[in-house]
Amino acid sequence: MTALGKLFRATAFRLALAILLLSAVGAGIVLTVIAWEVVSVVDREISQTIDAEAKGLMDAFNTGGLDTLRALIEARKREPNASLYLLTNPIGEPLAGNVQQIPAEVLSHPGFLPIEYRANERGGRSRQALVGVYVLPYGLRLLIGHDLGDRGRIGAVMTRALALSLIFFAVLGALGALFVARRVLQRIDDINTSAHGIMAGDLTRRLPVSGSGDELDRLAEGLNEMLGRIAELMEGLREVSDNIAHDLRTPLTRLRNHAEAALAFGGDAASYRLALEKTIEESDALIKIFNALLLIARAEAGGDVGPPQLVDVGEAARSVAELYEPIAEEEGVALIVRVQGPLTVRGNRELIGQAIANLVDNSLKYGASNRGSADAEAKPDVVIAAERIGGSIVLTIADRGPGIAPADRARVLDRFVRLEGSRSRPGSGLGLSLAAAVARMHGGSVELEDNEPGLRVRLTLPAADPPALPAAPADLVMNDRNAR
Amino acid sequence: MSDMRILIIEDDRDTAAYLAKAFREAGHVADQANDGLTGYDLALEGAYDVAIVDRMLPKMDGLTLVGSLRSQNNETPVLILSALGQVDDRVKGLRAGGDDYLSKPYAFSELLARVEALARRRPKGAPEETVLRVADLTLDRLSHKVTRRAEEIVLQPREFRLLEYLMQNAGKVVTRTMLLEHVWDYHFDPQTNVIDVHVSRLRAKIDRDFDAPLLSTVRGAGYMIRDGAR
Repeated sequence: MTALGKLFRATAFRLALAILLLSAVGAGIVLTVIAWEVVSVVDREISQTIDAEAKGLMDAFNTGGLDTLRALIEARKREPNASLYLLTNPIGEPLAGNVQQIPAEVLSHPGFLPIEYRANERGGRSRQALVGVYVLPYGLRLLIGHDLGDRGRIGAVMTRALALSLIFFAVLGALGALFVARRVLQRIDDINTSAHGIMAGDLTRRLPVSGSGDELDRLAEGLNEMLGRIAELMEGLREVSDNIAHDLRTPLTRLRNHAEAALAFGGDAASYRLALEKTIEESDALIKIFNALLLIARAEAGGDVGPPQLVDVGEAARSVAELYEPIAEEEGVALIVRVQGPLTVRGNRELIGQAIANLVDNSLKYGASNRGSADAEAKPDVVIAAERIGGSIVLTIADRGPGIAPADRARVLDRFVRLEGSRSRPGSGLGLSLAAAVARMHGGSVELEDNEPGLRVRLTLPAADPPALPAAPADLVMNDRNAR
Repeated sequence: MSDMRILIIEDDRDTAAYLAKAFREAGHVADQANDGLTGYDLALEGAYDVAIVDRMLPKMDGLTLVGSLRSQNNETPVLILSALGQVDDRVKGLRAGGDDYLSKPYAFSELLARVEALARRRPKGAPEETVLRVADLTLDRLSHKVTRRAEEIVLQPREFRLLEYLMQNAGKVVTRTMLLEHVWDYHFDPQTNVIDVHVSRLRAKIDRDFDAPLLSTVRGAGYMIRDGAR
C-alpha cells in the first residue's frame, strides 16, 4: 500500500471529500436561485416596457385610426434596435410589422409569453423573444416583442460563475482534505507505532498525546488509562503468584511433613488418626487461603460477579454486627451501630457483607483488648457508623485497640501483611486486602485512620442514587434500638 | 435418616467411587454415572431421593442436565457440585433448577449433611407444618412462641430462626455453613467461630435448665437437634 493510497483510504480524507461535494451542490443551488431571480426581474422590466409601448400605439390608433397606427409601426420598425411589431386583422393576416413567422395560437391569447421568431428581412436563425399580445377595437390584434438576448447573456455569466466556483471548490477541498487526512494519519501512525511497541512487551510505554485536547488526544488518554489499569492488573497478578508461591509453600510443606512423619515413625491407630486429622486441618486452612486469594484477584480484576443489585450498606452493617454481637460480648466489647439510612449502593451484597465482616472481625480480634490505650478507663467499644456524605456512602469501624502506626497503614492493605504482635493470632492476613479489593471493585476505597486511640477503618462506596432527603425520624428510632 | 437412594453424576471416577462408598457407609444406596447423558437417563428412570451433579460433565453439562430434568417435570432434588466457587456461579446453579450448591473441595460431612437435608424436602407442595416439635420442645411458627415443658422460652428473632432451621432438620446434622446460609443468608466464611457462639447462646436458653439436652455438637461436622441427645 503506497502512502498516497493510504491517504485516499483515510476516513478524514473521505469525510473532507464528502463535505466538499455537499458544499459544491450548495453553491450550485445558490447560483441557480440567483440566476432565476435575475431573469424574472429582467422579464418583468421587459414586460413593463412592452406595456408602455403598447399604450402609446393604442393611443395613436384611438386618435388617428388604423392608418396612423400602421404608419407609426412602419416608422418604429426601422429604428435601430427596434422591437418586434405585428398588427393583424381579425382573421390573422398581417397588416403591418416586422415579424414574419409566428405560431397562429400566440395571437389568440392576449398577455405575455416567450416565443421563438425569425426577423422578416433576412430570415436567419430563430431567436428568443418575450411578446405581449393586445386586442384592439374591430378585432385587430397587436403584438409587441422584445428580444431576450440580454437574458441569455445573464444566463451565460451565471453559468461561467458556477463553473468557476466549482473548480475553486474542488481545488480548495482536495487540498484541505489532503492536509487534514495527512495530519490525522500522521498522528494515527504515531499511536499505532506506540501500540505495537507496547504489544511487543514494553508495558511502561504510553500513546503520544499532542496536548491539543482534541478527540484523538481524548482517545489516546482513554487508552493510556486502560494501559495503566492493565499494567496494574499484571503487576497484581505477578504479586499474587509470588505470594501464592510464598504463602502456600509454607503450609504445604507443613502438610507434607505431618504426613511424612506419621509414615516414618508409625505408631498405633490413634496416632495415625491424629496425623490424618491434622492433615485435613492443614488442607482446610490452605483451601481458605486459596479461596480468599482467588476472590481478591477476581475482585481486583473487576471479575464477573453477576448483575449488580441495590445493597443497603446500613442494613448490611446491622446484619454483620448482629452476627458478631455474641463474639463481642464474649470479648467484653460493646458493638455499637450508628446508621443514618437509606444508604444504598449498587453492587454485590455477598461481597460487601464479607468486606464489612472482615473489618468487624479485625476490630474484635485486634481492637478489643484496650491495650496500647493510654487511657485505661476508655471502654473497649467497637463503633460501626454508616452515613451518606455527598455522593458517597461512608462506613467507619472504629476500635480502641493499639491502632496501626501511620507508616504501616498503607502496607497492611496488601496481601498477607501481618504486623508484629498479630502473627500469634489466627488469621491469614488477607482480611483487609479483601475488603480493599471489594471496595475498589465497587469504585470505592478503604482508608485507615487514627481513632485516638485505636484504629478507624473507613470504607467509602459510591452511592447508588442522587442525594436523598435528610434522614427520616424512623431512622433515629432504629438507631436507638441498635445502639445497645 | 438412612436408606436414601442417591445418584452421583461425576466424571472423575475416583471421586465418584469414593462418594458412593462413603454414602453406602452412611447407610444409603448410591449409584454412579460418569457422563451427563447416562446420568440424565438414570435420573429419569430411577426414583432417586437426591442427585449429586457435577457442573462440568462430558456429553451434557451439569446445568443443562438439571434444566432438562426440570423441563421433564422431574423434581428430584439436585445438589450441584462445582469447582467454580465464585459468587455468581452459585446463583447460576440455583437458577438452572439446582436445589443446593457446593463448591469443591468440600468436606464429606458437609456434603452428607446437605444431601440428607435435601432428601427430607421431598414431598414438594406439601403444606409446611406450623408447629415443630422435638421431644418436649415446641416451636410455633405462627405465634413465634417457643415452649419447653409448658415453659415459654424467650428468643431473639435470629435465635428463633436458628432454632427453626435446626428443628426443621431434627435428627440430622446441620453444618455451620448451612446455618450461615439459611439463617443469615451469607455464603462466605466468617473466619471466626461466630456460628458456634450463636448456637451456644441458643443452647443456653433451651437446654440449660432442663436435664435432657436436645441440641448436640457433632464433632467435625456441625450440630443436631433430637430427642435424647447426649
